Amino acid sequence: MVMPGMTRHVRDVAEVPSQPGVPDQLHRIEHVRDHTGVERRWHLLDSGPWLAERGITPRGTLLAVHGNPTFSFLFRSLVREDLPWRLIAVDQLEMGWSERTGTVRHLQDRITDLSLLTDALSLRGPVVTIGHDWGGIVSVGWALDNRHDVAGMVLTNTGIHQELGEQLPAALRLATAPAVLPATTSLTDAFLRTTLSLSQPPLPREVQDAYLAPYRGRARRRGIEDFVADIPDTAGHPSRPTLERLAEGIKELDVPTFFAWGPRDITFSDRYLRDLIARVPHAAVHRFEGTSHLVWEDADVAGTLAAWLAEPFDEHGAPRAERDARPVSAHAEQAPGGAVGAAIARLAADPGHVHGPAVVEIGSEDAPGREITWSLLHRRVEDIASGMLAHGVRPGDRVSVLITPGADLTGVLYACLRIGAVAVIADAGLGTDGLTRAVVGSHPDWIIGIPKALTGARALGWPGRRISVEQLPTVDRTVLGVETSIAQLAASGAHMRDLGAPLDAAWPEPGDDAAVLFTSGSTGPAKGAVYTHAQMGAMFAAVGDTLQLDPERGLVAGFAPFALLGPALGAPTVVPDMDVTRPGELTASALAAAVDALGAPAVFTAPAALRNILDTAETLDDRGRAALARVPSFFSAGAPIAPHLLRELAGLMPAARALTPYGMTECLAVTAIDLAGIEEAGEGSGVCVGTPVPRVELAIAVMDADGATTGEISTAADVTGEILVRAPHVRDRYLMLWGTTHTSMRFPGWHATGDVGHLDAAGRLWVEGRAAHVLATAEGLFTPVRIEDAAESVPTVRRAGAAAVGPRGTQQVVVVLETTEGYRAGKPGKPRPAEPSLFQAVRRAVGEATGAPVVAVFTTRTLPTDIRHNSKIDRAALSRWSEQTLRGERAEAL
Amino acid sequence: MSPRRVLVTGASGMLGGAVAELLRDRGDQVAAFQRRPAGIPGVEDRLGSLTDPAAVARAAEGRDAIVHLAAKVSISGPEEEYRAINIGGTENVLAALRAQGGGHLVNVSSPSVAHLGSAIVGLDATPADPERARGPYARTKAAAELTAMSADGHDGLLVTSIRPHVVWGPGDTQLVGRIVERASTGRLPLLDDGMALIDTTYVDNAAGAIVAALDRIEDVHGESFVVTNGEPRTVRDVFTGFCEAAGVPGPRLRIPGSVARLAGRVVERLWEARPGHDEPPMTEFLAEQMSTAHWFDQRRTRERLQWEPTVSLDEGFERLAAWYREHPLGS
Repeated sequence: MVMPGMTRHVRDVAEVPSQPGVPDQLHRIEHVRDHTGVERRWHLLDSGPWLAERGITPRGTLLAVHGNPTFSFLFRSLVREDLPWRLIAVDQLEMGWSERTGTVRHLQDRITDLSLLTDALSLRGPVVTIGHDWGGIVSVGWALDNRHDVAGMVLTNTGIHQELGEQLPAALRLATAPAVLPATTSLTDAFLRTTLSLSQPPLPREVQDAYLAPYRGRARRRGIEDFVADIPDTAGHPSRPTLERLAEGIKELDVPTFFAWGPRDITFSDRYLRDLIARVPHAAVHRFEGTSHLVWEDADVAGTLAAWLAEPFDEHGAPRAERDARPVSAHAEQAPGGAVGAAIARLAADPGHVHGPAVVEIGSEDAPGREITWSLLHRRVEDIASGMLAHGVRPGDRVSVLITPGADLTGVLYACLRIGAVAVIADAGLGTDGLTRAVVGSHPDWIIGIPKALTGARALGWPGRRISVEQLPTVDRTVLGVETSIAQLAASGAHMRDLGAPLDAAWPEPGDDAAVLFTSGSTGPAKGAVYTHAQMGAMFAAVGDTLQLDPERGLVAGFAPFALLGPALGAPTVVPDMDVTRPGELTASALAAAVDALGAPAVFTAPAALRNILDTAETLDDRGRAALARVPSFFSAGAPIAPHLLRELAGLMPAARALTPYGMTECLAVTAIDLAGIEEAGEGSGVCVGTPVPRVELAIAVMDADGATTGEISTAADVTGEILVRAPHVRDRYLMLWGTTHTSMRFPGWHATGDVGHLDAAGRLWVEGRAAHVLATAEGLFTPVRIEDAAESVPTVRRAGAAAVGPRGTQQVVVVLETTEGYRAGKPGKPRPAEPSLFQAVRRAVGEATGAPVVAVFTTRTLPTDIRHNSKIDRAALSRWSEQTLRGERAEAL
Repeated sequence: MSPRRVLVTGASGMLGGAVAELLRDRGDQVAAFQRRPAGIPGVEDRLGSLTDPAAVARAAEGRDAIVHLAAKVSISGPEEEYRAINIGGTENVLAALRAQGGGHLVNVSSPSVAHLGSAIVGLDATPADPERARGPYARTKAAAELTAMSADGHDGLLVTSIRPHVVWGPGDTQLVGRIVERASTGRLPLLDDGMALIDTTYVDNAAGAIVAALDRIEDVHGESFVVTNGEPRTVRDVFTGFCEAAGVPGPRLRIPGSVARLAGRVVERLWEARPGHDEPPMTEFLAEQMSTAHWFDQRRTRERLQWEPTVSLDEGFERLAAWYREHPLGS
């Protein structure tokens, strides 16, 4: 028998056109009374039958509420087999394919309407609410009104609170101005089109059409206008009390919470995310760098959410019992030592050291040198710390530190560590765009910077209250929006000390956040690695132990970041006469003078400096030669050093053990190797980076035919796979990158480095490149270096880069070459097909050495390298270029 | 395996001939069906038209398996003719087997049946699509494949389809012959520098895969397989390989990407209508082949057929060169 209601049901669904990526069976129409008591027609997506068809028992329901001007289509990606949750995504009344009633609905009306709908659907817990844009607020309202059913909360690009008196975001300000409102929102579809156009990369045509379809014609768009008009930006607005109730109420929702965010949102910017985090500090957060307001379209939010939902909830949607959420470092042997920076206080109180040098800056003709004793350094750190506290910097505040390396950076960093403010360190090498992303993306409460950085902060609208280093003239302070200076803070700290009120602050706890270090960005957008005090202390200890650094002998910081190491270890540090921003230009005589200042210190340089030191060695006088001959150890971080350079170095520093380390921002010291070790290791696949430094454990994650890790972990020799690291100095997590943290910690107790390599029989680690660049062919897995090494064995080949085209598991190998005749420094040109004889020679050499089939060989003037290291071949760029070219398309320039 | 009695349709073509010879050489009893004698020693010619059900039935008499290669491949002629030969012919072959209580059919199809115009990069065989395939040849072959595959498992029939991709070899007048001829007069163009990666199949490998499918049909019936050498190369390298083998200069004309749309038509003109060649597709489809990537995931094909190519591209080029030394151009 056909019920009357069913006929109507079928006809209504038929009115909803098919949408790309939405199985037709998801569409559902319900007729339910709204808050005015009138029956209304709702359109919603319901994945219940879809899941049932696949034998998937849902753990609960995802109740998804869209914002303005989208509709349930936004959430279509939540229908997937690895997500055992039933999706109920509604089109709010007046929106999408739901009814146009002509009623103006305020915030509380919408919340009530939604509750009436879920009652009619007999929706019972566990429910995880999902909200986007203004739908986020409605979803929070529903959660507060239906708390007994709420198991979790997900919010994406929304804002729960609008400070009165604060200005609305520019885009909304324009849209809400009465004269503009109807024109932009309902008379034309400009508001809709603008929202859609924000997506990066642009949305496919059929997706744009699907978003526009329910809003054709002014009458169908009136809901957009009413929705925008309901933004309560004034105290007298009818929705204001509701908004304030929700903004407070959300603080009491102690359910598992996830915030996914597209930072390139001109409406709901990072400011709103910061506000939400302050209200729900326990929330897991993932900022999808580079994505826009429609983060659901720009990033795999659903995939990240699927991983997240598997964590806090069991198969019944109930909260999971205790999980091991400890950081990697907790699984490792712990490092000795207390709070970072405690050594400064200790030496300042030690009569044997109090007047000894802590930091020595060698002068030049332009700038006189200076020597800072432990006593002075201690006082300076305590004064700055005291001044910062007095100015309002709180423990846990994030402080973006944008200071050129030197005594000021040392003072500020240790002051932050002392009071528990979290220093955010982003390398200027990221470039303006990368630096902006790093600073903005770390949500700093404070920015302490040199004038150039503060100018950038002002011009680019970086968040955070601003503090200069030097005291600036009033005009500059006003222009730059600077509140005070480190000089002033130190002075006020000193003043308080003189008055008998020295720093009175507890040392931070070992588990408190200490610093955020931003990665180089050579492997994607820069990520902030968060270190706790314990992890940071362990990191300093690891570097010191690796080098067998003798605190009494001290060190030369030829590479500025190492100037921060000495105070942590209680070792005096000398900074040579050099431009700290150009570490590669350090000369032999400048280095010798620095060595001489301490006697026989350990030497740290940037990898690029070594060539210059060797090239300028002939200018050394006898004293300089003698000084360098005393150096007990030499350490160069950042990139491996070629053995022939190390051999040359042995002529200059015969007593020095030259170490080159392997590490990453997430774990700065993993292994190290010296010249003898390199010679002993001999030739092999990849670069031998030596044996683990103290307290580091290594393992290899085995890969399947597609190059994906299988979950199996091996420490056997000659198994190639993703390198796993465990150490007390592995970072705690990534900042606001829940998904990235989750992926890198998918092996409990290990940090998955994203590098690929193998261990040899002697326990040495060989690095063979990035895991993402492993070539997964039908003939097996090949790391790029193996192919490149084989290609480079062909005469006339100067350097080779390996790339892959096609789907993993059946990829084809492409080799791009620099030849000895064709090589030209500079920008990578357009690769040309190699001559047939060269193609054959490379194909044979690679085939014989590795078994990998090469399908195409190109030559180019110079291979693309990644921006920072200027030595690593940018294999991702090669693969992109090859993929496009070999499809028969015009490739973008390398 | 005991000798089989096999009918090969379209044995006068390069691939059909190779299949017939391969079966003959291993001791099978082979008959060939086409309009004109194939003239393969040790292979019985049974003449007739594919569109004549009675002729097909007579040819299939006493056969326990058919390898069906005959098809209309040219780009000219009314679509009705394609239907009659490609779809109707396949129906006649199926009917002939049914009439004698069933049998095995290896239906030789073409990757063009699933080619919808965009680049194919490392895909396995996708479903035949008679609606959206390009051109009358591909559309009718797609329909023919669906017809053949839907007969599988009924009336004692076991059917599998093999789609060899760009078959070439010594004596090939279709692909190699035309490319060499154009190149020898300096009229061979490359589209977009000929950088698209394409799969090709040396004729002996295609024949080997077809025979493997026949031998494995109890296990693989109902499945379609793309067959290639599994050694994709750029169009440029493929053309150069042919030209070097024939001793003519390689391609020199280049057509820039900015006129890519025109280029498609230019290449198409290379393969003018030459009716009467019972070969896998060479025309409109091939033109598109030469400007966009077409290479395939061969893992399932090799695993299911328990087959590997025996002649590498390099060896194929050498055999081609040897053939050209015996058959110099212009002789």
